[in-house]
Amino acid sequence: MAAGAPMGAGTSSHIYEGNAPRLMAPSWIFIGFFLLAPVIMMAVYSFLTKEFRGGVIWEFSLAAYDQFFFDRGLFGDEPPSIEWTYIGIFWRSIWQAGLATFVCLLIGFPTAWFIATRDPQSRSIWLFLVTIPYWVNLLIRTVSMKFLIRDTGPLNEFLLQVGVIGEPLGLINTNFAVQLGLFYSYLPFMVLPIYAAVERYDFALSEAAADLYSGAWTTLRLIILPVVKPGIIAGCILVFVPSLGAFLAPDLLGGAKTFMIGSLIEEQFKGNAGNWPFGAAASMILLTIVLCILLVYARNQNKTEIR
Amino acid sequence: MASQDIAVSVDQVVKHYGNFTALHGVSLDIRESEFFTLLGPSGCGKTTLLRAIAGFESVSEGHILLKGEDLTGLPPHQRPVNTVFQQYALFPHMTVLENVMFGLLRKGWSKVEAVRRGQDVLDLVQLAEFAKRKPTQLSGGQQQRVALARALAPRPEVLLLDEPLSALDLKLRQSVRSELKALQRETGIAFIFVTHDQEEALTMSDRIAVMSNGRVQQIGSPKEIYEAPVNRFVADFVGETNLLDVEIASIDGGTASVVLPGGTPFTCPAATVLDPGRGHLSARPERIRITAPGDAHLDAVVTGHTYLGTDIQLQVRLSDGEVMSVRLQNSETTSVPEVGQTIGLQLEEGAARLLAD
Ligand SMILES: Nc1ncnc2c1ncn2[C@@H]1O[C@H](COP(=O)(O)OP(=O)(O)OP(=O)(O)O)[C@@H](O)[C@H]1O
Ligand SMILES: [Mg+2]
Repeated sequence: MAAGAPMGAGTSSHIYEGNAPRLMAPSWIFIGFFLLAPVIMMAVYSFLTKEFRGGVIWEFSLAAYDQFFFDRGLFGDEPPSIEWTYIGIFWRSIWQAGLATFVCLLIGFPTAWFIATRDPQSRSIWLFLVTIPYWVNLLIRTVSMKFLIRDTGPLNEFLLQVGVIGEPLGLINTNFAVQLGLFYSYLPFMVLPIYAAVERYDFALSEAAADLYSGAWTTLRLIILPVVKPGIIAGCILVFVPSLGAFLAPDLLGGAKTFMIGSLIEEQFKGNAGNWPFGAAASMILLTIVLCILLVYARNQNKTEIR
Repeated sequence: MASQDIAVSVDQVVKHYGNFTALHGVSLDIRESEFFTLLGPSGCGKTTLLRAIAGFESVSEGHILLKGEDLTGLPPHQRPVNTVFQQYALFPHMTVLENVMFGLLRKGWSKVEAVRRGQDVLDLVQLAEFAKRKPTQLSGGQQQRVALARALAPRPEVLLLDEPLSALDLKLRQSVRSELKALQRETGIAFIFVTHDQEEALTMSDRIAVMSNGRVQQIGSPKEIYEAPVNRFVADFVGETNLLDVEIASIDGGTASVVLPGGTPFTCPAATVLDPGRGHLSARPERIRITAPGDAHLDAVVTGHTYLGTDIQLQVRLSDGEVMSVRLQNSETTSVPEVGQTIGLQLEEGAARLLAD
């Protein structure tokens, strides 16, 4: 403490005031090292020239972005036209991630509601059950899913034996399988924030709405959903963002037809065939999309705050 | 009284929670345009009764009628009854005006009319300038008035209020009391007001129902409840009283002759038909006069004083060891007996009552 500081007069915040920068230093170093540095590195790499066996040549180039957006023919000498391949992959990924988010919301909201309205002891048991799959590595979980639903897997065998179906469902390598994988991977990220919001929800509000001539569905739409909205949005972001960059589920369950951004980026950094600047550029574009979505969310939050 | 003058009729209502019975056959009639209070200690079933009227609780037995129509089985949103909740339960994501308009819009009012009515009601509770604020940006007293406005806006047949003042501090509570009473007169809507504060009940109500353990003990005007309690519970719960163990010599109609602890005979009104034997005489501390010892109803020794501002309270002990309290108005001419002094106590005729247990 500084020698001139008045004794005893300061509140605790006063005592810490002068030291704030020093006390904050560890977190700033952490954020800088683990968060900003990788992003800056990625940004820099995306503007470098590729080396053919992976890695980069330190020479400025827009080639990676050019490759992403423009088609200049096989030898790069034709007049540029829009390259739809990667935009298509991005679009499909956004669509897949959006659908996965929607499905997670559809199942996650009632689940969270159910848990939050149990008595306190059983609540923690239910929460524990929801998080149990997370004790197992994501890769193993996804592979197990593949084994479960493949044509010779237990699901199909059971259904065949019972006689519900005549031949295997052919679930593997479809969009449905990818959705299932994403849903299974990220459902708890939807359930937990909504649970937290519903648990804080004051059920007297529902009674007040009913008292003021509002039926159950109207109460859900006009009172409950708006009040727990922050939890819903948090859940949607937590599911959407990792779904967008997911590569395990599309790789293992989807096959070539359902190629997604995550797999595209992953390939660029794998082995000797990769193209690091292109992978970095694709990541930067993905990051930009995610940031834009978050920004729209933040804007909306502020608007409701002021209104 | 003609039945159309009754707003709510509670008929032999029983409410069980598992094997606990919260209401044991409660019957009440609440008249139109009446400020009716349910008064009783914590846990006596006031909230349960109110929630049964609003439709949040089903009743196990009995009926609740609104203007003669049975409400049994009708869900809360179909009952033309509105509630002011204890913790207000204002919708946090809506402005004050939107809160007040909520019930109107659900009832199918047009937006334009709902806005107009909403503003009128906010005017009524003097909150017009806060229409665009969110509930969290208001003080406790203001939130309380928004809750009131929201419940009044749809012009309910009956307004239910569950301890609406308990979240306010004392000073505010006193000013809101008179506002609430004025509002009730102005709107002409029957209010059913729940409280466990007897002062609140006495100052605001047209009639009071005193409850205890899921039963109605007495229904009457504040004056009747205070001055003619029917039993020990009511006398003790509403205001302060001295309960003297007396011997009943004879009872004739509503009048009883009793023998006071010191042996002095005394004639007083009796609450209900009692058997001769022993009974309890209730004497309010402010209805006892101090005289010279010897020829008074009772002789007592002063054991202490309590200064109450407007009054001075004396603690006295009778010769048989029973303790009583006596109130003297605090004025310059009041002579306060010293501790240890022997004084005479004169009970006001008609103000002391013989009570059932
Ligand atoms: N859901 C319930 N399950 C079981 N018992 C209940 C339930 N609700 C209330 N009770 C019991 O019913 C009795 C009456 O409760 P109520 O809430 O009506 O009391 P009250 O008169 O409003 O008291 P207070 O002044 O404390 O609000 C209490 O003994 C309470 O424990
Ligand atoms: Mg209560």
